[in-house]
Amino acid sequence: MKQGYFTVLTNEKLTSNVYKMTLAGDTKAIERPGQFVNIQIDGLFLRRPISVCDLEDGKLTIIYKVVGKGTEKMSAMDGGEILDILTGLGNGYFTDFAGDKPLLIGGGVGVPPLYYLAKCLLKEGKTPTVILGFNTASEIFYKDEFEDLGIKTIVCTADGSVGVKGFVTDGVDQVGEYTHVYTCGPEPMLKAVYNKTTSDGSYSFEERMGCGFGACMGCSCKTKYGNKRICKDGPVLQKEEIIW
Amino acid sequence: MVNTRVNLCGVELKNPVVPASGTFGFGYEFNDIYDINVLGGISIKGTTKDARFGNPTPRIAECTSGLINSIGLQNPGIEKVINEEIPKLRSVYNNVIISNISGFSIDEYKYCCEKINAVKDVDIIEVNISCPNVHNGGMSFGTSPENAQAVTKAVKSVTDKPVFIKLTPNVTDIVSIAKACEEGGADGISLINTSQGLRIDLNKRRPVIANKIGGFSGRAIFPIALKMVYQVYEAVKIPIIGIGGVATAEDVIEMMMAGATAVQVGAENLVNPYACRDIVNNLPRVMQKYKINDLNEIIGEAHK
Repeated sequence: MKQGYFTVLTNEKLTSNVYKMTLAGDTKAIERPGQFVNIQIDGLFLRRPISVCDLEDGKLTIIYKVVGKGTEKMSAMDGGEILDILTGLGNGYFTDFAGDKPLLIGGGVGVPPLYYLAKCLLKEGKTPTVILGFNTASEIFYKDEFEDLGIKTIVCTADGSVGVKGFVTDGVDQVGEYTHVYTCGPEPMLKAVYNKTTSDGSYSFEERMGCGFGACMGCSCKTKYGNKRICKDGPVLQKEEIIW
Repeated sequence: MVNTRVNLCGVELKNPVVPASGTFGFGYEFNDIYDINVLGGISIKGTTKDARFGNPTPRIAECTSGLINSIGLQNPGIEKVINEEIPKLRSVYNNVIISNISGFSIDEYKYCCEKINAVKDVDIIEVNISCPNVHNGGMSFGTSPENAQAVTKAVKSVTDKPVFIKLTPNVTDIVSIAKACEEGGADGISLINTSQGLRIDLNKRRPVIANKIGGFSGRAIFPIALKMVYQVYEAVKIPIIGIGGVATAEDVIEMMMAGATAVQVGAENLVNPYACRDIVNNLPRVMQKYKINDLNEIIGEAHK
């Protein structure tokens, strides 16, 4: 974990309530995909934990949905703001588990961390496939970005307006063999993926956090390997340890 | 050179800044981000006889200048704390260790204090009779002078380490409870624990926290804590550790002027993990600004 000051470079609306922000600052503490950052916002007591969507030397990309006061304030930023951010939080996704053909499954704002993961997996010579789940056409984001990486991208919409009609689990039927599942999304989706897929998997969970770095025990959960803190021992849990 | 050293019942702290129990884990985790040997002491995560998972999540609700928590004393149990956590802390840290103890019966408090009494690395025992987040325990011992005194007497009978009783602000008369603890043999008083609070999610139209009501802490409660330290200082002769909303070196000085000998920093650690280090670093400069050469001179000075 490292505390640092980041400058907002861009803040762009992707859908009616989802934004993409790029920031410049010291990103050295970020060790792997699936980790998150915790952002201090003027006038609010707790920081806002947001997953890392992309990372290049000194440049951080996050994608967030406006759900409350903090993300609303973030959505109003137009560049130049300086933010106090803790980076390198959480365990993240380990690419060692991937095998040759990892399957990445994201739902809604669970999609962003899979983008940096996909880039890391490609760099290691793996052949990832990605399934992106949204409610409807107007909520889709990052489809083109995944396709531009040259990886097979399956989009599922609940109303069938784009791609496969149904949930991400319906997308799984379109995929052949896969060696490991990396997933992030709302808990009902994670549970459906857990029941549908047959391989091992890395599941990224969300919980209301206090500190985000393991001190307060605000986001604890039970696993087969004992109590874990979603912020520090997670947010990624392995399939075999999950207790629903 | 200013003097920041203070003394709690014969235990010397190189400065009065102590992270509060429940906001700093078992301390050693923070050594990864700064040298925790700058701290005067550390009050480690509250410990019970048996391991506890604590309350269901969500356990956290944000408030203006603070937060409500409902952790429910999650901890690995007294044996593991003694055999694993305290040795891990001691391996990276040389200063004062305050072991925070909770229970669901007087026997449990006694059991834990007896165990901790045998741990050489622990300098002070802090007895939490003020947790608002567990039923039939914690705070129920801290809301009547009789019960508070009974716990104090029980734990004092099994330990020769200094015992600080940690009090809840959720009472009508904190002074009578502090006095009852002093009469029961307490060596000091820690105050305050969190104040009970509630938030409701407007979308869900239900309380944010699974347990509904939790403990409110953070900068917002500083004046409440300060007032209680001020009142208790007038009523007891034993030292006070002032807790509640402390976030700056100025707050430390204000708390000491109200009557605290040392100060604990809680919620601020959760938003600024470097909070205690920053306060320690700023303290000498702020002392100079207010022409304070020795912190011991200002303890309770606001009463004069």
